[in-house]
Amino acid sequence: MSDARFGLDRKIALPGPLTLDGGGVLAPVEIAYETYGTLNADGSNAILLCHALTGDQFVASTHPITGKPGWWTRMVGPGKPIDTDRYFVVCPNVIGSCMGSSGPESLASDGQPYAMRFPVITIRDMVRAQALLLDHLGIARLYAVVGGSMGGMQALTWAATYPTRVAAALIIASTARHSAQNIAFHEVGRQAIMADPNWRGGDYYHDGKAPDAGLAVARMAAHITYLSELGLTEKFGRRLQDRAAKTFGFDADFQVESYLRHQGLAFTGRFDANSYLYITRAMDYFDLAEDHGGHLANAFRGSATRFCLVSFDTDWLYPTSESRSIVHALNAGGAPVSFMELSAPFGHDSFLLDVPDLDRVVHGFLSAGGV
Amino acid sequence: MLLRPDLAIIAREIAPGSRVLDVGCGDGALLSVLRRDKQVDARGMELDRDNVTACVAQGLSVIQGNADTDLADYPEAAFDYAILSQTLQTTMRPDLVMEELLRIGRMAFVSFPNFAQWRIRLALMFGGTMPVTKQLPARWYDTPNIHHVTIDDFRRYIAERGIRIEGQWFLRGEKLISAGAANLRAQHAVFLLTR
Repeated sequence: MSDARFGLDRKIALPGPLTLDGGGVLAPVEIAYETYGTLNADGSNAILLCHALTGDQFVASTHPITGKPGWWTRMVGPGKPIDTDRYFVVCPNVIGSCMGSSGPESLASDGQPYAMRFPVITIRDMVRAQALLLDHLGIARLYAVVGGSMGGMQALTWAATYPTRVAAALIIASTARHSAQNIAFHEVGRQAIMADPNWRGGDYYHDGKAPDAGLAVARMAAHITYLSELGLTEKFGRRLQDRAAKTFGFDADFQVESYLRHQGLAFTGRFDANSYLYITRAMDYFDLAEDHGGHLANAFRGSATRFCLVSFDTDWLYPTSESRSIVHALNAGGAPVSFMELSAPFGHDSFLLDVPDLDRVVHGFLSAGGV
Repeated sequence: MLLRPDLAIIAREIAPGSRVLDVGCGDGALLSVLRRDKQVDARGMELDRDNVTACVAQGLSVIQGNADTDLADYPEAAFDYAILSQTLQTTMRPDLVMEELLRIGRMAFVSFPNFAQWRIRLALMFGGTMPVTKQLPARWYDTPNIHHVTIDDFRRYIAERGIRIEGQWFLRGEKLISAGAANLRAQHAVFLLTR
C-alpha cells in the first residue's frame, strides 16, 4: 500500500491560513519534506527531525543540488541511532527556507516571488507550520522531536507550544534565546547580503544576478562561529595554500582563507540570500522565556515530556551555559530531564560530526520511550 | 546485577512509586534497579561525563552536575528521597550539600565510609601514614575523599542541626552489623534522615 504523503522529496500545499507571530498570515502554506521508515498503525513511532539554519529536508538522502549525502546520514537510517527500521522519521523544510517550503523565493498570489514581501517569521511560526504538516500526515502525538542548533530551538518550542503532542524532546547544541553575540554575528551576515549591489532590496529573482558575494561573506562569518579555535588551528594553523611563501598581496595565501572562500562560494550554489535574512531574523527573535512571562520555567511547567539536552565543550556559539539554563528551568518545573556536556573538538558543528558518545546518547534516550 | 551493599539497603527501604533523586548516581545502578523493581520516578545527578552518558544510554533521566553547586536548581520537596551514597566525603562543603538534600527531598539517604573503623585507626596509629584500605583504596594525594568523616562526627552534626534520624544501618564488608560500637566496628554507614 503506497501513500503519496510518505516518502522522499514530498511537497504539500496546505490551505492554512497560518497566523504568524508578527501579525500577518501565510496562505497557502507549502511544506517540502521527507519521510523515512513506516508509520505504525497507531501512529506511535513518529519522530520529527528539525533542521538547522541552512539545513533542509534531505536529512538522509542525496541532496538534489550538491549531490552530497544528507546532512545527518550518520545518525538517521536503518540500524542508526535514529533507527528508521523502528521509527517513522519526518523531516520538513522550515518555512522561510528555499528548498521547497514557503519562503521569499515562493510565488505570491500575484505570480511574482514574494522576495521581501514575505512576512517575517519566528521559530514558533515554523513549528506551527510543522504542526499543520503532522495533522496532514495523521500524526497526533510525536514519539520524539529532535533537533540540533536551530533545530533544537524548534524542538524546545514544540515542547512548550504543544506539550501534549510531544512525548520526548532531544535538544542538541542549542539555546533558549539568542544572545547579543549571536545576534551580532547574524547582523554582520545580513548586512553583507544587503550591501551587495545585486541584492536590490531583495528583488533579484528575475535576472539570475543574486547577491552571491554578500551571501558568501555571510556564510564565511557564520562558518567561523561553527568551529572551535582549536579545530581551526589543528586543521589549518598558519599553513599556506598551494604556495611556498607569502605573496604580499590579498590572494588567499592561508589555507584557512581558501577554505572559508570555498565554503562561502559553495553555499551560494544551494541557498537563497533572502531566505538567509529571514531565517537568521527568526533565530534572533527567539527568546522562549519572553514568550512565557520572562520565566523559562513557565514554558515547561507541568510538562510530561521527557527532555534530553546535549552541549559540546568546544561550542562557543551556544555554549554549555545555555543548555544548563534550560536544564535549570526544566528542573524547576519538575520535568524529567537528562543533560550532558560532551567532549568533541569540532565546536558547534560537533552535532553533525563524528562524536560516538552522541550516538550512544541519542540511541539510549530514544529507546527509553519504548516503541 | 548485584548492588553495592549500601545501595542494596537504600533500594530495599525506598517506597514504591516515589520520586527519587540520586546525587552522584555513578553509572545509574541504583536508579535502574529502583525504576525496575519499585517503579519510582528516578532522577540522577552525576559529575562524571562518561557515567552520565552511560545513564542516559540506559534511558535514565540524569543530568551532568555537581552536588556542591547544582542542587540549588531544584524546588523544595521536589523529591520523596534525595540520595547521597558515598559522595558526601567528596564534596567541597558537605554541610551545605546536606542542607540542600533535606530541602529538596522530604527524606534523605546518606551513606559514607566510616573513617573511625578500627582497621583504619590501627593503620594510622601504627603505620603512621594515611590508611589505604580495600574500602578507601586511594592514596592521600589522589583521593577524591576530601572530607573524611566518622559515624560519631556525622551523628554530632545531625544532632547540632536538629536533623532527625529515621533509620540507620551499619556494614562490615557486605554484612549488616549491629549499631553497638558502630563507630569502631562499621566500615560503612547508611542514614535515613529528615527535618
